[in-house]
Amino acid sequence: MQIRNFILLGGITFSILMLSTSEMKADVTSEIQTIQQIGHNAENYAAAQKALDSLQSSGTDALLPILYSLGDANPLAANYLRNSFEVIANKTLTDKKSLPLEDLLNFVRRTKNDSKARRLAFEWIRKVSPQEADQLVANFLNDPSDELRREAVAKILKEIDELAKDDASAEALKRSRYLQALSGASDDDQVRKIVKGLEAFEIKVDLQEHYGFLSDWYLIGPFDNKDEKGFDVAYPPENEIKLDAEYDGQLGKVTWQKYETDDDYGKLNIAEKVGPHKGAVVYAYREFVSKDEQPVEFRLATPNAWKIWLNGELVFEREEYHRGTFFDQYRIPALMKEGKNTLLIKVLQNEQDQSWAQDWQFQFRICQPTGMALRPEKE
Amino acid sequence: MRTFIICTLMLCSTAAVQAEDWLQFRGTFNNAIVTGPQLPDSFDNISWTAPLEGRGTSSPIVVGNRVIVTGCKGPRQDRLTVSCFNTADGSQMWHREFWATGRTICHEKMSVATPTPASDGERIFAFYSSNDVACLDLDGNLLWYRGLTFDYPNVSNSLGMSSSVIVKDGTVVCMAENDTQSMTFGLNAEDGTTRWQLERPRAANWTSPAVWPGEESLVLLQSSKGVTAVAAQTGKTVWEYLDGASTIPSLTVLNGMAYVPSNGLTAIKPGVSDSTVPEIVWQGSQLNPSTVSPVVTDTQAFVINGAGVLSCADATTGERLWQCRLSGKFSATPIISGDKLYCINEQGVAQVVQLGPEEGSVINSHDFSTTILAAPAAADGAIYFRGDNQLWKVE
Repeated sequence: MQIRNFILLGGITFSILMLSTSEMKADVTSEIQTIQQIGHNAENYAAAQKALDSLQSSGTDALLPILYSLGDANPLAANYLRNSFEVIANKTLTDKKSLPLEDLLNFVRRTKNDSKARRLAFEWIRKVSPQEADQLVANFLNDPSDELRREAVAKILKEIDELAKDDASAEALKRSRYLQALSGASDDDQVRKIVKGLEAFEIKVDLQEHYGFLSDWYLIGPFDNKDEKGFDVAYPPENEIKLDAEYDGQLGKVTWQKYETDDDYGKLNIAEKVGPHKGAVVYAYREFVSKDEQPVEFRLATPNAWKIWLNGELVFEREEYHRGTFFDQYRIPALMKEGKNTLLIKVLQNEQDQSWAQDWQFQFRICQPTGMALRPEKE
Repeated sequence: MRTFIICTLMLCSTAAVQAEDWLQFRGTFNNAIVTGPQLPDSFDNISWTAPLEGRGTSSPIVVGNRVIVTGCKGPRQDRLTVSCFNTADGSQMWHREFWATGRTICHEKMSVATPTPASDGERIFAFYSSNDVACLDLDGNLLWYRGLTFDYPNVSNSLGMSSSVIVKDGTVVCMAENDTQSMTFGLNAEDGTTRWQLERPRAANWTSPAVWPGEESLVLLQSSKGVTAVAAQTGKTVWEYLDGASTIPSLTVLNGMAYVPSNGLTAIKPGVSDSTVPEIVWQGSQLNPSTVSPVVTDTQAFVINGAGVLSCADATTGERLWQCRLSGKFSATPIISGDKLYCINEQGVAQVVQLGPEEGSVINSHDFSTTILAAPAAADGAIYFRGDNQLWKVE
């Protein structure tokens, strides 16, 4: 009888535990889904706030579902989910409990998982087990996540620094390690360090090639932009691309001319190529053959106002003059189609007369979602 | 009786905490005047130093026993941080990170964490150059998150944005003004929803909104066009000064007067005959604030120019009274406690200036040996400085 009662009691307890676990999972899933409904302009915020309160008070079982959900979350929802993860993880450690380390390690190892989520998991692994984290880093050099690749490159550079400076036998190792690091490097501060290191071995890195800067363009102009009025004027190249056409420009007839830059960072100096015109517009055109239909990121840098079209569709525009030029200044998501794609960039110079406002230039490349350069296929 | 005593003690305690908090850029009253206990005359007694990660050029704020500091990490500064330290010993109470949803490009001198956060005493509102706004409770739990550039993709500035956030009567005011899509937002502090949003002059603007104290619930928005006083709850314009203003140093308000970096320094107050047009009380063309915002007391107005010269003027007339050369160039707005001005130059040399009616003199300095661009915070007789990688408490 006692045994029967014990079994019965045990069964009920187990059922309650199972029920509460499944309910908990259902709650976590539901809360995550609610948070994922957050949209622009505070859409669905009230429901998300309630779900967030509840999710933040969940236990460690919620950590993996949160990580998996990040891949489907928009940037706002991702921050809600990230905060939930950190609150739960912090509480777990404060309560002297353990994070599910093996689950986190497996999550990071699986490169198809969302890059940001893997990075987040990696950071918590590093907090609780630096040794395990360090072992992961060794495999990050060709990782799809640029942030994780950065870890691997940093590790190699550190190892190179630690090699004896006056040990001739280490030179060959240094050289090969620099080249290895370069294969995974996409952040300019790391690339510059590698380039400098390789100079000692008389190896010149082709930065245009490494970064995938598009160096050859057809240019046409100048068209008029006096008083900055040309931004919304659709000059003929916005309506048709005919590389043998002739149009009325700001100072007379204009035709497409092909130019190429040999600048390491792909800077095409319009003021030098076309002329230091003020209050003027130039269009740049080229084609790009893509192996597949694929999401990409245009990386543009210019101190001038600009518009960009992909296959005749306006992708983005910005009317800002002379607020600096920075590497990868603009990151513009786009979808390339398979085969030939057309790129048209309108670059506008205004009439500011300060010495620092004379630049009229642009730098352009296309990156894969991994942050590595996408180069055009040969037709 | 016992209950009464406990209640009285609790009330006193709450009031004391509120009086000594430093809740936003230039303090709870947004005017860089320390209202709590007098700050120390020297920087000799550094109570503690806390390490900070990444970069950050925003000022600390102090809420009760918490010092809140924002920062940014990563090669693109796209990891936004909020860190909370215990005022007693500098131990970290919590740390949170977010992914920027807007652009994180900025001039190398500043950082994505240049805007100073704000608090209403219950919540923290962290604002960044990427125009992300994170609202957390005092324990670091996220309450809501907005991405203003996520909502309006051309709200950005390639040099970065620095306008600090303020909170006034339940409205969180975020200026995101720039050359292209120039906007200012009034967000509901409770839930992050938009109470109002304004199309603003299309010109880069690094100034911060200012609180207008008093019965009228107003905030002042400064831009290249001048100053617009808007109702905190609705964003409706109440009065406007249209004689132009600087786009870097921010106006300050005291005793019903706004001291605006405009034509040097211009003192304005709400108009009487026409309430929509403010009255110009004086203009001091010799008073040229450079990057640093002016600070005004009941009797004197202070500006620091681009060469590091501190000018003192009569606050009622604008007449320049004296000048004092400080060491170095300044980005951080100074604060005033009693008859002393506390400033720190870009090289991290903090200076105490004894303020007099006829002269000012540097009476103490301390080299923190690192770049410091953030205005100090003060609470409970202590002063807080922050560089990229350290937070100091000086008592």
